[in-house]
Amino acid sequence: MSAAFSSVRAIRRPGSFAGEKHSPPVASSKFASDFLGCAGRLPFGALSVSIRPRSARRRGLSSVVAVSDVVKEKKLKRSSSSSDLLITKEEGLELYEDMVLGRTFEDMCAQMYYRGKMFGFVHLYNGQEAVSTGFIKLLKQEDCVVSTYRDHVHALSKGVPARAVMSELFGKTTGCCRGQGGSMHMFSKEHNLLGGFAFIGEGIPIATGAAFTSKYRREVLKESDCDHVTVAFFGDGTCNNGQFYECLNMAALWKLPIVFVVENNLWAIGMSHLRATSDPQIWKKGPAFGMPGVHVDGMDVLKVREVAKEAIGRARRGEGPTLVECETYRFRGHSLADPDELRDPAEKARYAARDPIVALKKYILENNLASEAELKAIEKKIDEIMEDSVDFADASPLPPRSQLLENVFADPKGFGIGPDGRYRCEDPKFTEGTAHV
Amino acid sequence: MAAAIFQGFGASTALSLSKSFDSKRVKLPFGRSLSERRASFVVVRSDGRVVSDSCRARKLVTHAVATKADSAAATSASKPGHELLLFEALQEGLEEEMDRDPHVCVMGEDVGHYGGSYKVTKGLAKKFGDLRVLDTPIAENSFTGMGIGAAMTGLRPIVEGMNMGFLLLAYNQISNNCGMLHYTSGGQFKIPIVIRGPGGVGRQLGAEHSQRLESYFQSIPGIQMVACSTPYNAKGLMKAAIRSDNPVILFEHVLLYNLKERIPDEEYVLSLEEAEMVRPGEHVTILTYSRMRYHVMQAAKTLVNKGYDPEVIDIRSLKPFDLHTIGNSVKKTHRVLIVEECMRTGGIGASLTAAINENFHDYLDAPIVCLSSQDVPTPYAGTLEEWTVVQPAQIVTAVEQLCQ
Repeated sequence: MSAAFSSVRAIRRPGSFAGEKHSPPVASSKFASDFLGCAGRLPFGALSVSIRPRSARRRGLSSVVAVSDVVKEKKLKRSSSSSDLLITKEEGLELYEDMVLGRTFEDMCAQMYYRGKMFGFVHLYNGQEAVSTGFIKLLKQEDCVVSTYRDHVHALSKGVPARAVMSELFGKTTGCCRGQGGSMHMFSKEHNLLGGFAFIGEGIPIATGAAFTSKYRREVLKESDCDHVTVAFFGDGTCNNGQFYECLNMAALWKLPIVFVVENNLWAIGMSHLRATSDPQIWKKGPAFGMPGVHVDGMDVLKVREVAKEAIGRARRGEGPTLVECETYRFRGHSLADPDELRDPAEKARYAARDPIVALKKYILENNLASEAELKAIEKKIDEIMEDSVDFADASPLPPRSQLLENVFADPKGFGIGPDGRYRCEDPKFTEGTAHV
Repeated sequence: MAAAIFQGFGASTALSLSKSFDSKRVKLPFGRSLSERRASFVVVRSDGRVVSDSCRARKLVTHAVATKADSAAATSASKPGHELLLFEALQEGLEEEMDRDPHVCVMGEDVGHYGGSYKVTKGLAKKFGDLRVLDTPIAENSFTGMGIGAAMTGLRPIVEGMNMGFLLLAYNQISNNCGMLHYTSGGQFKIPIVIRGPGGVGRQLGAEHSQRLESYFQSIPGIQMVACSTPYNAKGLMKAAIRSDNPVILFEHVLLYNLKERIPDEEYVLSLEEAEMVRPGEHVTILTYSRMRYHVMQAAKTLVNKGYDPEVIDIRSLKPFDLHTIGNSVKKTHRVLIVEECMRTGGIGASLTAAINENFHDYLDAPIVCLSSQDVPTPYAGTLEEWTVVQPAQIVTAVEQLCQ
């Protein structure tokens, strides 16, 4: 069948799922249990769209289902052949390596921050790796990624070297943004990472613009092979912001090749998503604008990857945008300055038990995709990369004074004409960074 | 194409305002054409090369003053040019740039099928298609951000604010992304975007449609701001803004769209950073921009009759200021009067006063006088509106006091 998302309709059932493995969520309202991914049963009667093979089925339903018809189909196909896994060995190792890189890097960031090597606001991604890896590892180099302030791992997944990101965090001139951006502003032209934005929501129009360029290239500049896709990542808090809605409208209106990925980790600093949102089911907002809205278990990289394949495929084929809500969780506070006192320890424990890296490791080992030794080798490799990146960042120089004025304008004539009639950028002091502008 | 250096066209190209106005739409206080105005344009290379490409070329710009004799010679040497209204000049510039580079596109409300609320994009959608001249929904912050994202990924968009005031909604994107993104990305992404639209106090449009956003945007690092005031500089600045790799905000004025002028047939691009010498003089330097240029020129007529010789400069570049042209003038006249439409508090005039004091304090014989609009939300009633804005009579009085 033509792989397409149908508009998701949640079928609410009273109470929680039968066979639900996890304990009920913190908020005990019906709303909350609906929200936490219990999208009900699909009308066709397929019980579980869990993509875990036999072992998972034995344990019963996962409480969170991906509601993609495609995944369901894959599952139906798979039941006929149990050797039909979702990933190959190479893919599995690639996913594993990427998630371990993200986790290790963030842990190293925390260490470095407390040692005074980086300052300001640092927002760590621990726990959400499945979303970044699940989506970005399906992208080409030419595809664009737009992120928020929680962007270290998106940068790493997109291919920005760990050295460059660590240097940027240390504020060194070898950082990916020459030390001028910092934790919240990771950019890479080479890898088409369009930021890194401090204000929530302000990256979404940028992503929409990148998708617009892709469509423009195809239709106006007649580059018929241009099928670049843009993936925009943002959180649950952003989904109450005007720019989100404005961009959903424009993207659907013009069928832009974009995927809107909501990393719903249930908390916007200390504001629970349920306390901030009239209808917490974010995926529902997609169909309201004329695009599919999909909810997926963001703690399971394989599920995310299946949904991502379809969403990215849709965009590449010119069928338009998709809204994907990934239910995920951040294991640490909002930032390194956040005492994280409001979240229930039981909730944290519940999600810690669903650690995406542990889950993937289990899948790989149980399905004999790779051996323990191979996974250990990957972990060792990551450790070495990490050490190297810290050493590199430590050894890198701080930006010199001469860098101060260099990138304010793409065309430095923008600083204007000084009293002596020369352009200010011609002043020798300009390159020293001490010119009067 | 030979580099024809235009030193001005003399009387034949003086703005002939009386005949060409739609008098219902615009009623400027002066009726006669400004034939006695010394035609003096900033010199520009018209061989299609952007002046600002080479700072060496700038040296050609200095002698902007044309006497009548020179201009007559120049007129006979050059083609006659063609007459058009300011909004048509903007359109011409825009169309030429869109023809020249397929990456140039327009987005904004009603720019496509409607042709633009002030007709600047009229006919362009038919010619270039709905994607290149994009009608957007009413979502300023988002479509401005979309323009910025498109600029980052290789296009050269022109974002139109239907009224400049609407761009207040886009302030997040203009400040954070448009201005700062080139810097925070370490120079990796350039934002060659043009943000343009009509602003200023119109004819009883009410407070919210009569705003002067140049004062709000001027602090944003990383952007350039220019204000056009004649068909000639409107076209030239539009083209320059589009070709610039920097984000440029082009301020047009609601009341100036129907000004008529004869402009060259040859292609020309003006410099974004330079001011324009409107009328050379000896006694006092009057710095102005946009609509106030015309109030100043009307006051200048009165002043000339009274025996004064004001030097009038249209600063054109609101950010950065052209301190060379301004400085040379201050060094000559030693007296400065700034006439602007911005509010008194924190306006362009306030910044300009500070910049001149800082750089040319020694050359001033008197404190700088700055005439701005009152710090009042522009009232609807015509009489009140008139009193919030600087009128020619006030300019005359100010010059007389300054020159005592």
